[in-house]
Amino acid sequence: MPDYTPHTDEEIASMLRFLKLESVDDLFNSIPVAIRTAGGLALSPGIPEPDVTARMNELARANRSGAEDLICFAGGGAYDHVIPPVVSALASRSEFVTSYTPYQPEVAQGVLQAIFEFQTVVSRLFGLPIANASLYDGSSALVESVSMSLAGSTSRSAWISSGVHPQWRSVLSTLTRGRELDLRTFALVNGETEWPEVDRLGKESSPSALVVAYPNYLGCLEELDRVRKICDHLGAAMIVVVDPVAAGILRTAGDWGADIAVGEGQAFGNPLGFGGPYLGMLACTQDYVRRLPGRLVGETTDSEGTRAYVTTLRAREQDIRREKATSNVCTNQTLMAITAAIQLSWLGRQGLRELALRCARGTRYLRDRLVDIEGVEMVTGDAPVLREFALRTRIPSSKLITRMAESGFLAGIALENLTAGKCDESITRSDLERSILISVTEKRTRQEIDAYADAFEKASQP
Amino acid sequence: MSTEGFNTVDRGDTDLAKKAYGMPGGRAASIPSLGREFEPTIFELSSPGRSSHQFPTTNIPEFAPDELVPAHHLAKASPQMPEVSERDLVGHFTRLSHRQFSVDLGAYPLGSCTMKYNPKVCDSVVAMPGIRDVHPGTPSAMCQGWLELLVELEEALCEITGMAAATLQPAAGAAGELTGLLLMRAFHEAKGARPKRVVVPDSAHGTNPASVSLAGYEVTTVKSDERGCINVADLREVLDSDVAGIMLTNPNTLGLFEEDIVAIADAVHEAGALLYYDGANLNAILGVTRPGDMGFDIVHMNLHKTFATPHGGGGPGAGPVAVSERLKSFLPGPRPVRNPGSESPPDWQSPQFVWETPQNSIGRVHSWHGNALVLARALTYIWIHGGDGLLKVAQRAVLNANWLRVRLSETYDVPFNRTCMHEVVFSAASLKKRLGLTALDIAKHLLDEGFHSPTVYFPLIVNEALMIEPTETESVQTLEALAEALERIVDATDDGGDASYRAPRNTPVKRVDEAKAARRLVPTFDAR
Ligand SMILES: Cc1ncc(COP(=O)(O)O)c(C=O)c1O
Repeated sequence: MPDYTPHTDEEIASMLRFLKLESVDDLFNSIPVAIRTAGGLALSPGIPEPDVTARMNELARANRSGAEDLICFAGGGAYDHVIPPVVSALASRSEFVTSYTPYQPEVAQGVLQAIFEFQTVVSRLFGLPIANASLYDGSSALVESVSMSLAGSTSRSAWISSGVHPQWRSVLSTLTRGRELDLRTFALVNGETEWPEVDRLGKESSPSALVVAYPNYLGCLEELDRVRKICDHLGAAMIVVVDPVAAGILRTAGDWGADIAVGEGQAFGNPLGFGGPYLGMLACTQDYVRRLPGRLVGETTDSEGTRAYVTTLRAREQDIRREKATSNVCTNQTLMAITAAIQLSWLGRQGLRELALRCARGTRYLRDRLVDIEGVEMVTGDAPVLREFALRTRIPSSKLITRMAESGFLAGIALENLTAGKCDESITRSDLERSILISVTEKRTRQEIDAYADAFEKASQP
Repeated sequence: MSTEGFNTVDRGDTDLAKKAYGMPGGRAASIPSLGREFEPTIFELSSPGRSSHQFPTTNIPEFAPDELVPAHHLAKASPQMPEVSERDLVGHFTRLSHRQFSVDLGAYPLGSCTMKYNPKVCDSVVAMPGIRDVHPGTPSAMCQGWLELLVELEEALCEITGMAAATLQPAAGAAGELTGLLLMRAFHEAKGARPKRVVVPDSAHGTNPASVSLAGYEVTTVKSDERGCINVADLREVLDSDVAGIMLTNPNTLGLFEEDIVAIADAVHEAGALLYYDGANLNAILGVTRPGDMGFDIVHMNLHKTFATPHGGGGPGAGPVAVSERLKSFLPGPRPVRNPGSESPPDWQSPQFVWETPQNSIGRVHSWHGNALVLARALTYIWIHGGDGLLKVAQRAVLNANWLRVRLSETYDVPFNRTCMHEVVFSAASLKKRLGLTALDIAKHLLDEGFHSPTVYFPLIVNEALMIEPTETESVQTLEALAEALERIVDATDDGGDASYRAPRNTPVKRVDEAKAARRLVPTFDAR
């Protein structure tokens, strides 16, 4: 039977003799016989690596992937971006891969400094001075940001734009269930959140925060000045969900006046991976630093005055604050954060800008072609979009996607699936069924886009 | 050109080179792994205008930025990312990696974290394009391989833990805890009950009480008794109809099996409450006993511990939660299930595996389906080991821990000195009294000896705790070397000798000033 333990029979015998035990079973005498797993686990016996690899290969072949045979036009929070060999090579160095949380900074300067560099690039991307060492994914960063706003407020409510990714909103509502919050959702109308008018707002039901996405999940750029005004009026925190790729050309969240910004960092060097592991990014103003969730790395010196890094403001964290902590996060997504820092260093200032532009240009080019097709129209009207857009066609999107797959395209995501069938007031049930979210990355060529548009024209016929 | 020394730069004779020497884009040449110099940040290695990115040729029309989005949305300047050549990028992160201890480098007996060897075959499985490059929004009929993989993993985890069904969504142990506690809440609410408290032992990991609060419950702490375990009589005193459940780690964080677990489970169930199993220590009992058979209702697993998925410098992990039959309908969704109506072999119309949202689902707990590539690694590990191999893992993990316990019991206090499970908690309390040697000192000295330190000052109920988890993948020779190193540290101090220096001194940096980091917070390069 294959395994990775080094023990020889002789060594086991000698170790048992040292322990004055007869057999390995004696080690487990403290476990009552009644609850022992008699006869062992009902799992198949172990099989050698090559056989397991072959079996996994079979499973892999039962998937249609971007790399193999489906050209990816799906986004919705998970994007098919270039991952250069140099980034994969560096991010798979086993010193990063097989270490753990830097509890002993003297032997963890590599990970600590890489996190410090990650925090710096996130801070710059979001235009806010403090960033943490990563959270599980975009949705968990969203949940943590709302918790941060609640911790400093007497309010038990938060106002959320429907432009925030529906799956993230679902996570937010699940994970705050026990805290009995009043999460109010505001519909999107023509791609823009329908917030209440400032002059009609009382202060009675003041939320701890307003959450808006930029661009929102339907790809639209919302006007954030309005959100800031409402926040000022209500004394609420402004939380912006940022697409960090779009941040390559857009004004930063901090520039728009955000108190906290969160985002999904998958786009930077992390493969689609069927949805994970990705990474949550979170940045905030100085005011929130004591409520920051998870690990934070700071620069310091060692006893000889040499520059060094260490996890800091540890008194915020669960191992010290226990039930009084604002977050329970311990293990995070450091490796993905390091990967993102490496990818952003590879992109550089110019590359990040060009990345955003290339996505936006491909998106524009495709959109112009698709809206020319009869019966195809934008879900979000005239709202400006950047790298993603939602279309309504004459047929159910699930059918459209199946047809497009026959031509070799992952056409997009059926909005119906993304929203788990629940529609916002602004999108009617039948509209939802016929809506599809499409994304174009820097990888898509004009040739691919032209072929996609041709196939789309045929596939979207009723 | 000078060839001596490491920090030479070709200064040449030209003005440019002379000028460049003082320009941003610092020298990328040093030996930081040996600690002679710090490694500059990537920002200091940057030089405006340098780059390493290369994009594919796409032939897409070059719309100007303000043709694409309204001008007031555009930044005046794009965010200032590092500007380095590919060569400098590689040099920088390679040098950083040389300043990092890891499992691949040496023994990492960090208690409670199960830092075992991570088989390389798992790396190759998650590098398969058909696994790695699948979009999570792919319709289920086009990713049957992934759904099958997830279902197979769920079934294996249920067999290992003795539970009925599981969610694979939680991204780490703590996320699993919160998920599990919300399942507990949903269970009680469905019966119209609103208990307010969750019982947590004083030996629990910090995430347990933190998760309890986030789930909207109050923490009630029970003390461990003189055996290091939960006392059933003490527990009964805090159990009433206001208790929703109890969170236990078994073996507990002292590395001891809760011998009265069956009586504990009965008492908790009698009170109408549920038992939550923190699976951080599951490695000890694989194939030996199962949480479900002990009476637990909800179980989280840390796949990054027990099932050897690499810890990635602090993450990713995966924290699936398995439950008994009566909690199944509350699980997060959508979850992958076998399609009872499907034919095999599957066809496009009726796939073998489908997504299903449980009837009373609490909702999603992850943006997509969980840390999928971590899940694929765990299944690879489970398939290679099989039922028999997993049992061997537990046996050898426990054998190693006990060997170290006995081997070191004359040098270090063992507050609860009886057969332990996969880890052993020593105390430096009497060494501190006698020699002034604290757990922290020992941890730092051990770094000089080439080992990673144990977990220190946890669990909180042991003074000067040193929690050692050797794992099953270390040889007895490595254990002996670790034991000798731990003895040497004490002996040297005893002699008034070498160990009185302030360790560590063989590491890339010396003792790091943590107080200074907190006093003057520098969380980014721009805050320097
Ligand atoms: C006993 C125990 N419980 C819970 C956790 C939390 O798990 P994670 O770090 O995966 O969130 C840990 C891990 O560090 C642990 O050791």
